[in-house]
Amino acid sequence: MMEWLTKLLPTKRNKKDKTNQSSQKALLIFENTSEVIQAERILQTQGYKVKVVGPPPEVRKGCDLAIEVPVVEIPGIINLLKTRKIEPLDFISFSEEEILKPVDLFHVKDFGEYLMVRAANMKITVDKKTLTIVNVSGGGCPDVPYLASILIGLNLKNSFPPKEKGHTLCGYALHLAYEKAKELLCSE
Amino acid sequence: MFGIAGIIPDETLPLVYGVPVLKDNHLIIDRWQIPIERGTAALIASAIKTLEVFKKPNPIVFLVGDIGKGTGSKSLYQFLAENLFQHSFQVFTFHYILPEVDSCLKVIFSIEKLSKKPFLIADAGFMYAVKMAGYANFFDLFTPDLGELAFLADEKAPHPFYTRGFLLSNEKDIESLIKRAYQYQNAPPYLLVKGEKDWVVYNQEVLATVDEPLVPELEAIGGTGDTITGMVSALIYAGYPPEKACILAAKANRLAGALASPTPATQISTIIDFIPNALKKLTG
Repeated sequence: MMEWLTKLLPTKRNKKDKTNQSSQKALLIFENTSEVIQAERILQTQGYKVKVVGPPPEVRKGCDLAIEVPVVEIPGIINLLKTRKIEPLDFISFSEEEILKPVDLFHVKDFGEYLMVRAANMKITVDKKTLTIVNVSGGGCPDVPYLASILIGLNLKNSFPPKEKGHTLCGYALHLAYEKAKELLCSE
Repeated sequence: MFGIAGIIPDETLPLVYGVPVLKDNHLIIDRWQIPIERGTAALIASAIKTLEVFKKPNPIVFLVGDIGKGTGSKSLYQFLAENLFQHSFQVFTFHYILPEVDSCLKVIFSIEKLSKKPFLIADAGFMYAVKMAGYANFFDLFTPDLGELAFLADEKAPHPFYTRGFLLSNEKDIESLIKRAYQYQNAPPYLLVKGEKDWVVYNQEVLATVDEPLVPELEAIGGTGDTITGMVSALIYAGYPPEKACILAAKANRLAGALASPTPATQISTIIDFIPNALKKLTG
């Protein structure tokens, strides 16, 4: 924790930064995407306003996510995550141009009895009447076939959210499509 | 020899390799029975069905269990990097795997050492890793869907999840996405773009499009992209030139789909059963 705190303390040369700290953002970097997804869930449950983004190129390994957090909240966030046995590898400051924003564009296709929602490369198809998830397609990461095998046949209202059992960006994209389908079909 | 590598969504499956047999909607390899409902197993099954028609031997496959945690993928990358040189492949298809640049590069470097480079095909996670590693044009054929084409066209996106909105919203203008993918060297010589209309491309030039029969339900069915990649891989191995293989695979995938009279709830194994019939109809 000391290392974290040292990194957070403003130096002489960036005195001015101290005044801006309340609005400054940093990225928490984790060992893998599963930890990011778990950490996001824990932090959101506890009321932290965080969002997942893509890390900048110098720390990118492949199938990566990072969590954008307000700098001033880092000590509390680290403590909370530690109690849940998740510890970020590092935190870094960033510029808006460097980070990547997750997809936020959805494609919806109505097949009459069925509705298909696509987020990025992931699609989920639901029976509109019974709300049964009938198909999952697209994607290229290893949790996609796994999530498909356990989601198909479940009811959209009662199934687990894909990000609970997903480990990759494809799994996360499927979660976004799932949430959108839920919003469109289960909102009444 | 024809090779296929990818993961299977079963954590208990260790790294296995060999020539599988297709029986009762399962791949049989060693003592393992793997359902062909999706992913790499569906790709292999469609390749086997295609090879049956042309009386060619089944592929040698390299599989490992991985449900997204990446441990299986890591061992598969390592195994391929260390052992590919022991075989002489004419065609090799890389499929579902956790995209990881460093491990992917080790596999590519091991292929570079082969005396004769196989015809290299990538789809799914391996295609993402190859693009991010900057080695797209070391490969011969990618088989993206529309979302993945937008990702290839986005020189900044390391994964389809980060494809920028202006490219995703531009999906109707497929030709400009194709052009952009080549402009940033993120496409191999051949592209087979899977969608409502399939596009066969060679070095930026659209050679053909296939849109008949149109079966809209296929888009919703998980595995319809895998079957087309399996078929095109097998057809190239069977001796078809890449352009003809892409066109025939695209047509056969649609026809097999149409013969299955699918709904959006149909599962891919139902369609795979119709592949031999579709290929026979198309090749006379």
